[in-house]
Amino acid sequence: MAALMLRFCCAGRRWTLSCVDGAFRQGRGPLTGSMSSRIRGQRSVAQHSFTTAQKLKKGEREWAAVVGLEIHAQISSNSKLFSGSQVHFAAPPNSLVSFFDASLPGTLPVLNRRCVEAAVMTGLALNCHINKKSLFDRKHYFYADLPAGYQITQQRLPIAVNGSLAYGVCIRSQHSQVANKTVRIKQIQLEQDSGKSLHDDLRAQTLIDLNRAGVGLLEVVLEPDMSCGEEAAMAVRELQLILQALGTSQANMAEGQLRVDANISVHHPGEPWGIRTEVKNLNSAKFLAKAIDYEIQRQINELESGGEILNETRSFDYKLGCTVSMRDKEGKQDYRFMPEPNLPPLLLFDSESLPAGADPQQVINIDQLREHLPELPSQTREKLMLQYGLRPEYSFTLLNEVGLLEFFHNVMKDTKAKPHTVTNWVLNRFLGSLKQHSLAVSESPVTPSALAELLDLLDGRAISSSAAKQVFQLLWRSPGKTPAQIVSEQKLELLQDREALEQLCRATLEGHAHVVMDLKKGNPRAINKLIGLVCKAALNRADPTLIKEILERQLSS
Amino acid sequence: MWARVARLGRWALVGGHRAFATEVCRGGGRVTAEVIAHLERLALVDFGSREAVARLEKAIAFAERLHAVDTERVEPLESVLEDRCLYLRPDNVVEGNCVEEILQNSHRVVEEYFVAPPGMCCAKYFNSELRPEEESWWCVKAL
Repeated sequence: MAALMLRFCCAGRRWTLSCVDGAFRQGRGPLTGSMSSRIRGQRSVAQHSFTTAQKLKKGEREWAAVVGLEIHAQISSNSKLFSGSQVHFAAPPNSLVSFFDASLPGTLPVLNRRCVEAAVMTGLALNCHINKKSLFDRKHYFYADLPAGYQITQQRLPIAVNGSLAYGVCIRSQHSQVANKTVRIKQIQLEQDSGKSLHDDLRAQTLIDLNRAGVGLLEVVLEPDMSCGEEAAMAVRELQLILQALGTSQANMAEGQLRVDANISVHHPGEPWGIRTEVKNLNSAKFLAKAIDYEIQRQINELESGGEILNETRSFDYKLGCTVSMRDKEGKQDYRFMPEPNLPPLLLFDSESLPAGADPQQVINIDQLREHLPELPSQTREKLMLQYGLRPEYSFTLLNEVGLLEFFHNVMKDTKAKPHTVTNWVLNRFLGSLKQHSLAVSESPVTPSALAELLDLLDGRAISSSAAKQVFQLLWRSPGKTPAQIVSEQKLELLQDREALEQLCRATLEGHAHVVMDLKKGNPRAINKLIGLVCKAALNRADPTLIKEILERQLSS
Repeated sequence: MWARVARLGRWALVGGHRAFATEVCRGGGRVTAEVIAHLERLALVDFGSREAVARLEKAIAFAERLHAVDTERVEPLESVLEDRCLYLRPDNVVEGNCVEEILQNSHRVVEEYFVAPPGMCCAKYFNSELRPEEESWWCVKAL
């Protein structure tokens, strides 16, 4: 429902999309009052990531950028799209190749049911219309890792069309708030992956491994509804989470299971879109946004210095941090699409159209797949917000970090501490420590049960919160120990001895007469200073509320 | 494997490339050098001689006769299977693990890889530096 509404908002001209977002305005100098929010959004688009962004001089014109994406996701299946050879990453070269994959004469494609189901499920999760009839086509090009000389794809009539993907973008100016955005999905098509080429420049040869040739791919085409690298990166991240939740793709970018090409152009607001370039193989989450923003700025610079943009394919050089022309399409590419003669149309059914007495192995029921869709990331986030009162941006962080949500749930399961406390600890102290040490959640030295125990100690007022932080640090350094062990070893339990605390307070009041004076003069914050001093004197082993109580009594007597 | 490339290459030539066919018509049955260059690049063939081009022109003229057939209001037949059910295979691994057999088709092998020339494609069109004898086993000569 939410997605639908969002989509409605964005149905107008494309650039209205960027206007909601004040994200990139920060630090760009004051805006003139007459400037509409639309323009602001546009200007922010192109320049947000460039620290050298100069203020616009009078007479200088704004730029808006348009970004569309083509995403290839490898389908998570046992066998390939049209052959019974195994799908596996990093197997010995050419060990997962059938005669069909090597394109030997006389072999024919046989469609894998699982791949069709994966495409339908992905289409449903992305609010697509599922075509009950779709067609396969051949796309021709010559490359050594494509032994047939063509790729089987779905050019004329793809399996799913007209969907939408809702995602969130951080608004930096408003301290990590999240703005909801939507990108339309043009289509999802089933197609074959190619093999891999290893270029050996030294011996002037290319080594070909066909293990990947014929693996099922979902090509998801996103309409040019995005306007900067960050939006594109967040849309890709959301798609990745959806694919992983569905189990239709492992979508691991490092293993090439999710590959992104971006179409990028710039124009002046109100004018027709500029000529676009295609940046290929954005295969790293880290560099996706960077590459797109680089290309946007490159195009702006090119046009401002009187140059022109060529409709060309470029690749992003990770080392140099820039895009370079691939010069591989001299003259227009001609793929000579033609219908795949060896595959009849792919027919899908719903509960209504399901033919009576059909072999259940041979028919795919869209309604049945819809009923069995797992919980999607947006639903998970909503549940978190509802169940634990989490702020939206926290729910995004919990899902975006791999394994963090599971960690959070495991802590919640084992502790009596309030959700608010757990969220705070997991997202600030725990995640902060992970980032500081560049570790993944799975590599954390602190287990969920240890953190749960620590939070129980805190919740049961056995230790103070500053002592808890100390225990956490020690847990991090000595993972074998339990929080209780550390507390007793370091003598961090809260002081329960009332008499000792009374004495400590008295001594502090006597030792800091000037603070007491300050308090008596009417500075309400002076009491906090005194509490802090007592806590420090008690080596973080005192309960601040109790100390406050004692101090107030002693001061008034 | 490369023999197959050749076969496909020629097949692509005969298998009606419309824009190309119209261009040929305009040229009065003669194929221009420009079109030949385009075709060579698309199909990875090297026409090399005037004789090969003449043979191509003849083949086109032969295929042109199809235009005599009136296809008005006739839906194109894409496949003789189009009213048949598309068989769905269960997702089981039943093939592969035959690297020795697969590699038998390769002209050159390094470890368990096929070996292809460097760069995108045919040296003639893609500026990679191949020795002539290297090119001969990769770039297919038109017959």
